[in-house]
Amino acid sequence: MAKLNLNREPMPRQDPKLRGKNFNEVALGYSTQQAEAEASRCIQCPKRNCVEGCPVDVDIPDFIKAIRDGDMPEAVRILKGKNSLPGICGRVCPQEIQCESTCSLAKREAPIAIGRLERYVADWERANKKSLNSPIAKPTPTGKRVAVVGSGPASLTAAADLVKLGHSVTLFEALHTAGGVLMYGIPEFRLPKEIVQAEVDFVTSLGVELKLDSVVGKLVTIDELLNNGYGAVFLGTGAGLPMFMDIPGENLNGIYSANEFLTRVNLMKAYRFPEYDTPVKVGKKVAVIGGGNVAMDSARCALRLGAEEVYIVYRRSEAEMPARREEVENAMEEGIQFKLLTNPKQFLGDEQNWVVGMECYQTELGKPDASGRRRPVVKEGSEFVIDVDVVIVALGTTPNPLIASTTQGLETTRRGTVVADEATGKTVKDKVWAGGDIVTGAATVISAMGAGKRAAADIDKYLRG
Amino acid sequence: MYEILLKQDLVPNIHLFKVGVPDVAKKAQAGQFVVIRIDEKGERIPLTIADWDREEGSITIVFMEVGTTTHRLALLKAGDFITDFIGPLGLPTHIDKFGTVVCVAGGFAVATIMPIARAMREKGNKVISIMGARNKALIFWEDELRSVSDQLIVTTDDGSYARKGLVTEPLKELLEGSDTIDRVIAIGPSIMMKFCAKTTLPFGVKTIVSLNPIMVDGTGMCGCCRVSVGGETKFACVDGADFDGHQVDWDLLFARQRIYLDEEKCSFEKWQSQFGGSS
Ligand SMILES: Cc1cc2nc3c(=O)[nH]c(=O)nc-3n(C[C@H](O)[C@H](O)[C@H](O)COP(=O)(O)OP(=O)(O)OC[C@H]3O[C@@H](n4cnc5c(N)ncnc54)[C@H](O)[C@@H]3O)c2cc1C
Ligand SMILES: Cc1cc2nc3c(=O)[nH]c(=O)nc-3n(C[C@H](O)[C@H](O)[C@H](O)COP(=O)(O)OP(=O)(O)OC[C@H]3O[C@@H](n4cnc5c(N)ncnc54)[C@H](O)[C@@H]3O)c2cc1C
Ligand code: FES
Repeated sequence: MAKLNLNREPMPRQDPKLRGKNFNEVALGYSTQQAEAEASRCIQCPKRNCVEGCPVDVDIPDFIKAIRDGDMPEAVRILKGKNSLPGICGRVCPQEIQCESTCSLAKREAPIAIGRLERYVADWERANKKSLNSPIAKPTPTGKRVAVVGSGPASLTAAADLVKLGHSVTLFEALHTAGGVLMYGIPEFRLPKEIVQAEVDFVTSLGVELKLDSVVGKLVTIDELLNNGYGAVFLGTGAGLPMFMDIPGENLNGIYSANEFLTRVNLMKAYRFPEYDTPVKVGKKVAVIGGGNVAMDSARCALRLGAEEVYIVYRRSEAEMPARREEVENAMEEGIQFKLLTNPKQFLGDEQNWVVGMECYQTELGKPDASGRRRPVVKEGSEFVIDVDVVIVALGTTPNPLIASTTQGLETTRRGTVVADEATGKTVKDKVWAGGDIVTGAATVISAMGAGKRAAADIDKYLRG
Repeated sequence: MYEILLKQDLVPNIHLFKVGVPDVAKKAQAGQFVVIRIDEKGERIPLTIADWDREEGSITIVFMEVGTTTHRLALLKAGDFITDFIGPLGLPTHIDKFGTVVCVAGGFAVATIMPIARAMREKGNKVISIMGARNKALIFWEDELRSVSDQLIVTTDDGSYARKGLVTEPLKELLEGSDTIDRVIAIGPSIMMKFCAKTTLPFGVKTIVSLNPIMVDGTGMCGCCRVSVGGETKFACVDGADFDGHQVDWDLLFARQRIYLDEEKCSFEKWQSQFGGSS
């Protein structure tokens, strides 16, 4: 057997100094040579542990083998057979805690860069679309109709699977663009919108009908959908309600929820104001409160919009940050300043109601709490003020109550999430399934996709029942 | 894409569109609003539903030219299309049999108060309406509002038509008069709503106002529209837009409406220099 190659192909990236000033993608993607070299490192072990680490069971060793053999159409076929959104997953999935963590080479600290290879395959397909025959065969229509609410990764996956099984599927999206958080939340420099759009177009090319500008609960209720010819409904409306801290001064001008800030920047393209007509306040000194992916994305957007200093203010230490490691490193490289073990007490404003400062406590870490992370404890008398002119609150989101409050007989938890069976996505309400962030609270793209997939399978079983 | 079926210039700077949106028309209720986006590069702005025709499948909106989006909107004609038209959003106005209801409308809000006055009347209330405008040239729908009211009072700031003065003056007289006033609905510029609420406060008459903070999505996902009512933060797009005028923190509303003054000016100047000559 050939000697193990433990040299992971590094991802080519834009220079940190340059990229801090533009919204172009940071990671540039492998060249053919790099992809084939990385694919050749895979030992094609019989255990296929990587597949177990993948929430949607992609046949990872097989598509990697196809790359190695230079058979890209085959790689596409294998990958897309299980994952209809590879261009997205290859970019934003936390592979380091999923497939790559179970790779046989992970023990040697050189797991195959599965995510980067996945991205390579998806990008190759986009560039070479014309040379490929449609990889999916046309199904026999079942005559059943399914309404899929929301158009984030959970819904896109469920819709694609259901239409491939021959059902007639309508997607209802509240916003003017499909894609969910992938469109309005995750910034261009991490996930180009063109890629999300291509994946949405792929799903509609399968025959899924897309209804934008359709706020379910207002325009039409779940019960009305069920009474009007839809045999089943899938709820994939995410966790879109921003949380605030409920501390003094939170409504001052210049204080945004991350949802608002990111929506203005990504969905409404405020970074191209005034060409695009939606404005956003940038500020010279921007504080972002939180330590997750959302906080990193907000901070890195603020930097790119021209802020002079951008702080991440987080109440625990670096080790507890929920953001992907890679994104924390990217943020640090770009010059984002981390104010750790720091928690806001109140916001200070001027006479015009604009935020000018943020009074914070210092914290120290105590015993682990329910989440297993060490709990931050406020140090009395440690207050200090950070000068700021824009604040972005990125403390998480919960599901919007609109659907639950307009639907008879759905069960929700205290956190506002909809109760659904983990294996099937079935809710307690007849003919209604749910999956993704609406069930789990804010989680990941791939877990939302997995939930969409499982629900689609169960809906299919029910409809054929 | 949603087609403009009809356009009317009500007064030089206030226009009416009837837009073909059958699904929204089916559901619209008094007090709700829509969010529109003219085209790909446009901003999302909220506009109140002034009327609907469920059979024709249309929604009527009435808007005043203030900045870039509303000026651009004013250039569209019947047969043109609006890219996005989202609704019906917000909670419907609480309609009930209260007794005597005073509906006060300032400026373009004559149109938005129409369906409320009509619904209040249909519920069996006595409806007294007050409409105010800066001057005679800005008066519209006087007969329409009269047709859904038991009594109509018209004011102009400069006295160029009907009674001279602000809407708060006849409002105060009604409150002091012999009729019991059970509820007041005031819709119009924020400052006018604030003073209506101030006028009714000493009389203890519940006063509903329709708040108009800056919005983005209009569905509760961004928090841009936060207002403070009774000391609590509310999202106007989902918890309102109607609120108890006596509980509203008006200064906060005014301040938050001014967040983007610089950008709005920049956007408008750019638009004017490119296309503005034609309007
Ligand atoms: C800034 C940010 C960065 C992130 N980074 C990562 C990352 O790097 N990796 C990762 O794996 N995850 C990341 N996540 C999390 C991930 O994006 C989400 O977990 C995932 O998108 C959830 O998918 P979903 O399909 O459940 O819902 P969403 O993506 O939230 O989509 C829900 C859709 O439903 C629509 N909707 C809501 N209510 C209604 C209604 N009443 N009627 C019609 N439509 C409605 C919404 O408009 C939205 O389009 C990030 C999240 C954010 C906000
Ligand atoms: C619930 C609600 C209902 C409304 N109904 C009507 C109506 O029926 N008819 C009507 O003429 N106007 C209505 N408005 C106000 C209307 O939305 C604004 O006049 C419009 O957004 C101005 O946009 P612009 O680009 O022309 O002006 P800009 O120059 O952008 O702004 C002028 C002023 O309008 C306000 N404004 C700007 N952008 C927004 C926004 N995205 N959302 C809300 N306010 C904004 C700000 O206070 C700003 O200072 C309503 C507002 C709300 C919140
Ligand atoms: S406008 Fe976004 S929450 Fe109200």
